[in-house]
Amino acid sequence: MEMWMKIGYALLLGMMVVLLFPRARHMLKHSPKASGDDWRAVLIPLVLLVLFVIILVKMV
Amino acid sequence: MNEQHYSISRSPEAILETNKVLKNTYVLLSMTLLFSALMAGVSMAMEVPPAVPLFTMGGAFLLLWLVLPKTANSAAGIGVVFAITGLLGFGLGPMLNAYLQLANGSQIITTALGGTGVIFLGLSGYALTTRRDFSFLGGMLFVGLLVVLIAAIANIFLAIPAMSLTISAAVILIMSGLILFDTSRIIHGGETNYIMATVALYLDIYNIFVHLLHLLGALSGED
Repeated sequence: MEMWMKIGYALLLGMMVVLLFPRARHMLKHSPKASGDDWRAVLIPLVLLVLFVIILVKMV
Repeated sequence: MNEQHYSISRSPEAILETNKVLKNTYVLLSMTLLFSALMAGVSMAMEVPPAVPLFTMGGAFLLLWLVLPKTANSAAGIGVVFAITGLLGFGLGPMLNAYLQLANGSQIITTALGGTGVIFLGLSGYALTTRRDFSFLGGMLFVGLLVVLIAAIANIFLAIPAMSLTISAAVILIMSGLILFDTSRIIHGGETNYIMATVALYLDIYNIFVHLLHLLGALSGED
């Protein structure tokens, strides 16, 4: 990749960081607290997702 | 945070409104995905140069942050959603053409496409059937996204292959979490605008596809 393209992509991603930062801070402050049961409800599908991606990798 | 709590606390009107938002979101999402695929096909046929995605991504980004919030409550918002998804789809052309040059390129692309579909349908279906509130994930997912973006900026210049794969794996996990988060927001009335909901889910799917393609391409030994 040429240097001007690298700088262009870096600027684009940098703008995303700048614009997402206030939203992330707001979310961190205002997100409700989760119980152990809530975390289990997230971890189970995410573990299945990881296994699924591993299967896909093995397939190609 | 269980199912009973929500079925008691929400009025029938609110539930009807949620179902309407969900239906409109999935209809618009299907149409934008098809349009995006069509634009990717056009871009592949035109064999656009590799610099084009930078400009299409930049254009989509500007529309997303500057135009969409002002038009999301009007019919013009639908046109903006198609413009965003069309630009992002068009930007995929050079990357898909590069994968097609590989010996098993078409298999990698179809596997990534099918895999993305299964991940989206599985996670969205899970959020819809359990009706859990995943809003607690918001802070963690957005902070994770910021960390990944900063790492991606560094890796543009460092070009470390292992870091690139780690970033792709992290993006797939974060976007999968965002599918749960975004679907749950619609179900629980946190997102009542189907145009904004469509864009959020489209970006989750788009990013999963791009990064799954990268992972499959790299780990198949052909990237």
